[in-house]
Amino acid sequence: MGQRGRNDPDRGSEPPAVTTTPVPDPIRAKAAPRPGTWISAVIVALLAVGLIAFLVTNPVLEWGTVATYLLDVKVVQGVGWTLLLTLLSMVLGTVVALTAAIMRRSENPVLRGVSWAYIFVFRGIPVYTQLVFWGLFTVIVPKIVVGVPFGPELLSFSTRDLLTAFWAAVIGLGLNEGAYLAEIIRSGLNSVDKGQTEASKALGMGGGSILRRIIVPQAMRVIVPPLGNETIGMLKTTSLVLAVPFTLDLTFATNGIANKLFTPIPLLIVAALWYLAITSVLMVGQHYLERYFGRGFDARTPARGGGGGRGGRSRQAAVNSAGTTPQNPLPEVEL
Amino acid sequence: MNQIDEAPAVIRVEGVHKSFGDLHVLKGCDLTVRSGEVAVLVGPSGSGKSTLLRCINQLEEPTAGRVLVDGEVQGYRPDPLPDGRWQKLRPAEIAAQRSRIGMVFQRFHLFPHLTALGNVMEAPVQVRGLPKAAAEQKARELLERVGLGDRADHYPSELSGGQQQRVAIARALAMDPELMLFDEPTSALDPELVSEVLTVLKDLAADGMTMVVVTHEMGFAREVADQVVFMDEGRILESGTAEQVIDAPRSERLKGFLDSVL
Repeated sequence: MGQRGRNDPDRGSEPPAVTTTPVPDPIRAKAAPRPGTWISAVIVALLAVGLIAFLVTNPVLEWGTVATYLLDVKVVQGVGWTLLLTLLSMVLGTVVALTAAIMRRSENPVLRGVSWAYIFVFRGIPVYTQLVFWGLFTVIVPKIVVGVPFGPELLSFSTRDLLTAFWAAVIGLGLNEGAYLAEIIRSGLNSVDKGQTEASKALGMGGGSILRRIIVPQAMRVIVPPLGNETIGMLKTTSLVLAVPFTLDLTFATNGIANKLFTPIPLLIVAALWYLAITSVLMVGQHYLERYFGRGFDARTPARGGGGGRGGRSRQAAVNSAGTTPQNPLPEVEL
Repeated sequence: MNQIDEAPAVIRVEGVHKSFGDLHVLKGCDLTVRSGEVAVLVGPSGSGKSTLLRCINQLEEPTAGRVLVDGEVQGYRPDPLPDGRWQKLRPAEIAAQRSRIGMVFQRFHLFPHLTALGNVMEAPVQVRGLPKAAAEQKARELLERVGLGDRADHYPSELSGGQQQRVAIARALAMDPELMLFDEPTSALDPELVSEVLTVLKDLAADGMTMVVVTHEMGFAREVADQVVFMDEGRILESGTAEQVIDAPRSERLKGFLDSVL
């Protein structure tokens, strides 16, 4: 079979090839006058210059102190701890969120209910309160015992040995974050066209591999941008960990120095500059993550095997133009 | 025709009803498709053709009646329980039954994040556990067979509608199905692309594939169908050879339908 197909693959059905015909007489246009553009630009530029001059010349800001403490050992260590807290709590949050999102989609009412309750509780309580709670966890639950109820103990742990302030902070931040991410991931999964699931089912694929191989890769387009925002949010939320109390992060380190020197303002600027610097790095990371999920056909990352010379668009562009996910990547978050 | 009349039944649909809430879509359908036979379902939109097709591979659960494929009840254990209820199969068993039935959709439903080759390889690797190299070789052969050997590394969005539908056919064939279901395979295509997909269908029929095709292409039905089935308002009103159904319609309903499409 397929005689025609083999001998004549282009049966006039190709998307048209790109040709460049010289345009005979291009229009030479003069822009319409827009004085408002110039006036507003001048006003805003003047205001910006004024603000910069104020920041540079104001003696209260003590730029000399800022320079001295910007690379102070305690501050740099604080940056390290803040990064570690952000990273670990986002990993924990993502794992918990993926589990909760899949549970919310389950046919099992118990799984659905537990997931709903988790999101309800952890999204509804201020993260500061949750962090204080995790700090007191060892008081509330001094010992974890594995054994037969009312019978012999098989294993027992003292929570004080296991749950240090650092891990209490990670768990507190991670579980709070998981509740928000669960809704983002769930709406990402729901945004993938139902036909994709039907086509996979018709091929005999099971629920797990449909999710892993077909749904999640397409949902990532919707999930990654808000995930980047959440990571930047988490970076800043880590400044609350003194509630646990965990006392090595960036905000605590700069506050400690400020209290010693009685100069709060320059140390606040030190902290702010570091948070901005890390945010910039995270934005670069997000860019590459988005490109990873657009791998395959971006102009810079040509299609596997060269794509017969026509590769040149991103895998994500393929997902977009298939229309299996909505154009608006901002998910509806609902409870 | 005699050959096919004696061939074993691949599909038996017995008294199938389907309702979605108050909407009664199928009102008792019986259909037999024998090995190597091409059955074409025709009828006005909303007559239940697609629903009947989807009941065969369990994308819809019949409300009443049953579907047998190769004599095997779809979705349930073969015999009722002592209390008269039917024991449903587990999801993995249903997936195994589906994996023997190929399905092609009106809107292709190719996986947009995978190349044509990736689309065709996906199920053999994930479901059958075929090694990647073997799956790739087979996928390339199948793409060659539908005339798309040189498009293996293209993503669906880089292909025309007709090419996408041919990839979808290759994807279904990759599971070595015993029968193929086509749900209006050319309805979403520009007119000039219809023939390339129908050519592939004709080739498949000539190879002896058992097929059920929902279509409005009466020319295709006349040329390829062993059995033409006319559905209206959830019932099968007439069925028989193309000559009987298309050229000598008995019911007014069918006459009216044929006048509107021919």
